[in-house]
Amino acid sequence: MNRTRRRKAFSGIVVFLCGAAVFLALIPLFFVFGYVIEKGFSSLSWDFFTRMPKPVGEPGGGMANAMVGTVYLIVIAGAFAVPVGVIAGVYLTEYGKKTFGSLVRFTADVLNGVPSIVIGIFAYGLAVLPVKHFSALAGGLALGFMMIPIITRTTEELLNLVPGTLREGALALGATRARAAFSVMVPAALPGIMTGVLVALARIAGETAPLLFTAFNNRYFSTSLVQPISSLPVQIYTYAVSPYEDWHRQAWAGALVLVGFVFVFSVLARVVTRRLERMHRA
Amino acid sequence: MSETVVSEMETSAGGPAPGAEPTSAAAVSSLAGRKIRMESKRLNFHYGPKQALWDISLQIPEKTVTAFIGPSGCGKSTFLRCLNRMNDIIPDTRVEGDVLLDGNDIYGPGTDIVDLRRRVGMVFQKSNPFPKSIFENVAYGLKINGLASRGEMPERVEKALRRAALWDEVKDRLDASAMGLSGGQQQRLCIARAVAVEPEVLLMDEPCSALDPIATGKVEELIHELQREFTIVIVTHNMQQAARVSEFTAFFMLGRLVEHDRTEKLFTNPGQKITEDYITGRFG
Amino acid sequence: MKSPSSRRSADDRGFRLGTGFFALLVVLLVAGIFWELYRTSQLSLAKFGFRFWTGKTWDPVSGEFGALPFIWGTLYSSILAMLISTPIALGIAIYLSELSPRRLRTPLAFLTELLAAVPSIVYGLWGVFVLVPIVRKLQVVTPDWLKKVPLFSGPPLGVGMGAAALILAVMVIPFTSSVAREVLKAVPASQREAAYALGATRWEAIRAALRFGRTGIIGAVILGFGRAVGETMAVTMVIGNNPQIKASLFAPQYTMAAVIANEFTEAADDLYLSALIEIGLVLFVITVFINAISRLLIWSVTREVKAQVPKPTATVAFAAPTGGGQ
Repeated sequence: MNRTRRRKAFSGIVVFLCGAAVFLALIPLFFVFGYVIEKGFSSLSWDFFTRMPKPVGEPGGGMANAMVGTVYLIVIAGAFAVPVGVIAGVYLTEYGKKTFGSLVRFTADVLNGVPSIVIGIFAYGLAVLPVKHFSALAGGLALGFMMIPIITRTTEELLNLVPGTLREGALALGATRARAAFSVMVPAALPGIMTGVLVALARIAGETAPLLFTAFNNRYFSTSLVQPISSLPVQIYTYAVSPYEDWHRQAWAGALVLVGFVFVFSVLARVVTRRLERMHRA
Repeated sequence: MSETVVSEMETSAGGPAPGAEPTSAAAVSSLAGRKIRMESKRLNFHYGPKQALWDISLQIPEKTVTAFIGPSGCGKSTFLRCLNRMNDIIPDTRVEGDVLLDGNDIYGPGTDIVDLRRRVGMVFQKSNPFPKSIFENVAYGLKINGLASRGEMPERVEKALRRAALWDEVKDRLDASAMGLSGGQQQRLCIARAVAVEPEVLLMDEPCSALDPIATGKVEELIHELQREFTIVIVTHNMQQAARVSEFTAFFMLGRLVEHDRTEKLFTNPGQKITEDYITGRFG
Repeated sequence: MKSPSSRRSADDRGFRLGTGFFALLVVLLVAGIFWELYRTSQLSLAKFGFRFWTGKTWDPVSGEFGALPFIWGTLYSSILAMLISTPIALGIAIYLSELSPRRLRTPLAFLTELLAAVPSIVYGLWGVFVLVPIVRKLQVVTPDWLKKVPLFSGPPLGVGMGAAALILAVMVIPFTSSVAREVLKAVPASQREAAYALGATRWEAIRAALRFGRTGIIGAVILGFGRAVGETMAVTMVIGNNPQIKASLFAPQYTMAAVIANEFTEAADDLYLSALIEIGLVLFVITVFINAISRLLIWSVTREVKAQVPKPTATVAFAAPTGGGQ
């Protein structure tokens, strides 16, 4: 009896500690969000969205070019990563049961764990080294490489939610496998795939390390593929490590915009995925 | 330890008159004079808003086999899991009524669930050995409950494995992983694991449904042996099995207990039309 | 003349090869990264050989490159981060999969995973302006006798190993916990029931589940370690960037990822650049290795269990959304 009581007490303590772990992890979350929101909002202004950066040490200005640059880089990245990722995901759903499918899945997961800075070096070697010139293209490549494994895996996952009977039905009506996949399966999973893409975008939108020596930075507005381009994360980094008070404030404002972006897409992705799951489970 | 002796009168009390409808309790004339190990009184069970068991009153006599039969979804497994409060781990479930073990209400406030589950052991539909050695599997319950010292352990494990008729097959590889055993051996290992802690009652939830006929035969033989020492309750969807192994049988239907009687009587001369329909396969 | 069915199988082959090519790209990408990094680090590989990894001097001016301090910094910070984050991450996984009331589960899981959504640069910003001053204050109030212990010695700078390990721990928690949760989810309920039926307490039943999924749990921890090893921006901003090998939590140090981030654009000569790329190459090899192992461990649990569950047979009637009759 005594022993049982001791075991139960121990069990209770462990259960309590597990709950405490959740609480403990939420502290930094609220701490980080709290600071970003507080400091970010107080520094956010109309200028921040519409103005260009001022020269070093001069107060004022904004991150208009960095925001446009981030969007631009994301578009470059998505332009090649989305097709590659989605089609690779379709392959994994349709034919991925064998060894090669497992290999692709495995490599995608491993690639997902490769540090972004290493991907940056790769893009540097591909697009900067040969021309001796930092460029938006190089930055977009680096971000795109990071998106591919994420999109591949989410596409596969979401296509697997679509009942196989849908494919069988299309095949039974005489459709080819390709037709069944792209006219039946993909459309059924489309909202999910879109969110998968958005999640990938949200994840790479905040990436700094691979841009440092690919897209580099640019004080001016640019939409050239072959010129260096500014981006929100790199701009935040530059400002954060500078000695100027005003730049620090702008860095917080930039962080708020970035976190807001990431947060909205995370919530959106979750909602759509859950709805999709529920729809196909019923 | 109090043991209840129930009279014929008590058994039928509270149960509605027999009719075409499934009823909640039935008279078991032959139970009179038997020692009762477990008993449920007007037990109701709910999964969330759905009621799964209605007014089950049933007695389980000591040191013999009681079988629960009925179509799938009839509540027989749910009821079985009420007997060791296994349903407690499923969220959103609710129990009303009493279940007595040796006269004490296991749903009462004084009950220690951990101790209860040690006293009322369970064997599951699919064998579920731990990914440990054969020895450690059998020793697990003894270890966590502190029922045997390190020195006594080999002896206790051997005893349990012998009781489960598994000793001769595994004595040379006690340190081998339990996952390497055949399906039938795994299930007997789970039985050995359950009997090692010396439970008073052993609940078996369709223990043979995943086994081939030969392994099933072995487990049935084992059940026959074990009833000398343990009170056994077995849920089965196989009527022949119930007929082979049990002394008493309870027939469940749509969450109600329709009929509970000596197995022989229930299968040869059922008291309810619906029971007869079921056991003769004229069902549905 | 080709029959319709053989034409169809030819179409299917084309589809298979066409989509397969894109799948192959994923594999080629990893191979390509290795090849590119290997190629561009030739200069450093040839000049220093193994000495690169044992040398303690990092002097771009004299062209002397030894990467040991970075290896040390990466390993030390990652291991410290794992020591802090592993118990918390496993606690979260256990709580969310085994203990939490159902209504709380989804929002809590979302919140903890939100930790992973915060960009590294934002953690870095927060680290520089919030965490580092806190660490500095802690250093100032550290009693003198404690400062004599090597673990706590050094001037109160705020930046250093301790701040980096803390921030890494926070960043790694969601990765370990979400995978560990996935693993626990894959552990069949029958394992817990078996334990409960033998009179196990709640914790003992959880332990049975942990034991069943232990390879996957280890995989989850290793995955977190891989994340910590490759994490760049936040660490760069708080670790102090000083290539020295010190045990002290208060000493500024340097990591492999941080030195690449900081010095890559400054690397004026080819040897310098090549040396940095060699660090990147090793970082790549290490993280691929770590991730490969962790994935295999995780799959060994989640796949095995999935394989045991028979797929439901399809019986749903089909309604063609597009005219498929051609």
